[in-house]
Amino acid sequence: MMNPSPNPSPSLTPSLTQTMAVAMTINGEPRQLLLDPWRSLLDVLRNEAGLTGTKKGCDVGDCGACTVIMDGVPVNACLVLGVEAQGSVIQTIEGLQPSPDTLHPLQHSFMQHGAAQCGFCTPGILMMAKALLDENPAPSEQEIRFGLAGNICRCTGYTKIIDAVSAAARQLRGEAA
Amino acid sequence: MKPFRYVEPATLAEASALLLQHAGQASLLAGGTDLLVEIKEQLRSPEIVINIKNLPELRGLEFDPVQGLFIGAMATARSIELSPLVQQHYPGLAQAARELGSIQVRNRATIVGNVCRASPSADSLPPLLADAARIHLHGAAGPRELALGEFFTGPGRTALQPGEIVTGIQLPAPQAGSGKSYIKHGRRKAMELATVGVAVSLQLRQGVLSEIAIVLGAVAPTAVHAPRAEALLRGRGITPALLAEAGAMAMQECTPISNVRASADYRRDMVGVLVQRALVQALAHAGHTLPVTPPANQNMQEGS
Repeated sequence: MMNPSPNPSPSLTPSLTQTMAVAMTINGEPRQLLLDPWRSLLDVLRNEAGLTGTKKGCDVGDCGACTVIMDGVPVNACLVLGVEAQGSVIQTIEGLQPSPDTLHPLQHSFMQHGAAQCGFCTPGILMMAKALLDENPAPSEQEIRFGLAGNICRCTGYTKIIDAVSAAARQLRGEAA
Repeated sequence: MKPFRYVEPATLAEASALLLQHAGQASLLAGGTDLLVEIKEQLRSPEIVINIKNLPELRGLEFDPVQGLFIGAMATARSIELSPLVQQHYPGLAQAARELGSIQVRNRATIVGNVCRASPSADSLPPLLADAARIHLHGAAGPRELALGEFFTGPGRTALQPGEIVTGIQLPAPQAGSGKSYIKHGRRKAMELATVGVAVSLQLRQGVLSEIAIVLGAVAPTAVHAPRAEALLRGRGITPALLAEAGAMAMQECTPISNVRASADYRRDMVGVLVQRALVQALAHAGHTLPVTPPANQNMQEGS
């Protein structure tokens, strides 16, 4: 990569490095990554961290396919710089399953309800739904729709997705799904 | 993304000095939800990005019953949307924050960033202007303060001088009998830019409007007051007919354009409708109940 400004002012030099060592925790695992500052967290997760479950749809914050949970709140990974994640705790779709053999109730419910068609939007929707249920364990249909407003599915409608989130919420509350 | 140099200054003074030194080539990064999109779409190509997120001087959301609400540069749209105090005392602002992008965006986007972007359709601007907000700036010459209305000089243009950074926005404390509202009109319910936005902030004393501000978004180069509609209402008792008259007056005070989202005529008609509705909502917030649907006025029927 070219360096756009070869002559940084001396007073700025200490903080004006290009590639930066960034430490973050991804799905419970501490990671040390060397990052160019102009790389989005989305690109960093997919390339440097090798976690391609987080999808790149629009890359400008409109579609929600890249939704990850950063320090407890859902964000579009495409609108965060990788270097901004220094010290952060990131949860991606790869960390949603409690163990390799067990699905998260949301994942199970999406399967039961057929709430995916091509599946490209699904990881982002699952992470957004997880964040929603963490905050509000008993959302109304309207609250689920409001919560998922930033996650676009272009295959089909949202009915099965809403139903699946609602059923998973009931299961997580210990009620019959 | 086009490569840039990245710096995390330790103090506000350092950030301001960097911004001044690289004037025209530096961009501030707070939420990043606008900046990163503009870099990706090559609308902006900063040589240096200055991350101000960790500056100790920049604050979040603070409320004081005497001083009012201070929206620090770090306050996210989501923090405003979820604040019970904002919901209670500044419902127009809470509604505007709720309408901005998605939850994912609102978790990063700052209200101050939305203000600095100075988009004519920015959701946060009408309620802030209606509340006579003051904006706090910090530059090479030290801090200064402006009425928010003086901050906007055109679409995407502000009074920010080279090296200046917005540190926050101050809203006056709510008083008994004050009522506020914001209504955003778009083609869909979420992830939308406003076709028309209307904010009202009023003060009701013994059934009379002692103070009234009506601010229209997305129908002029910047968000604008409707001064004649305000003058019509000021000092008057409330009747549905008066609200209809104010709506018709506001229609004449805006200068909408036609674009992909709506025609100028449609926007103007919606100003007439939404000013009435926003007044009704703000009156309800002030404890004054009116019929939910004021009668449609003559101009509206002829114009549509």
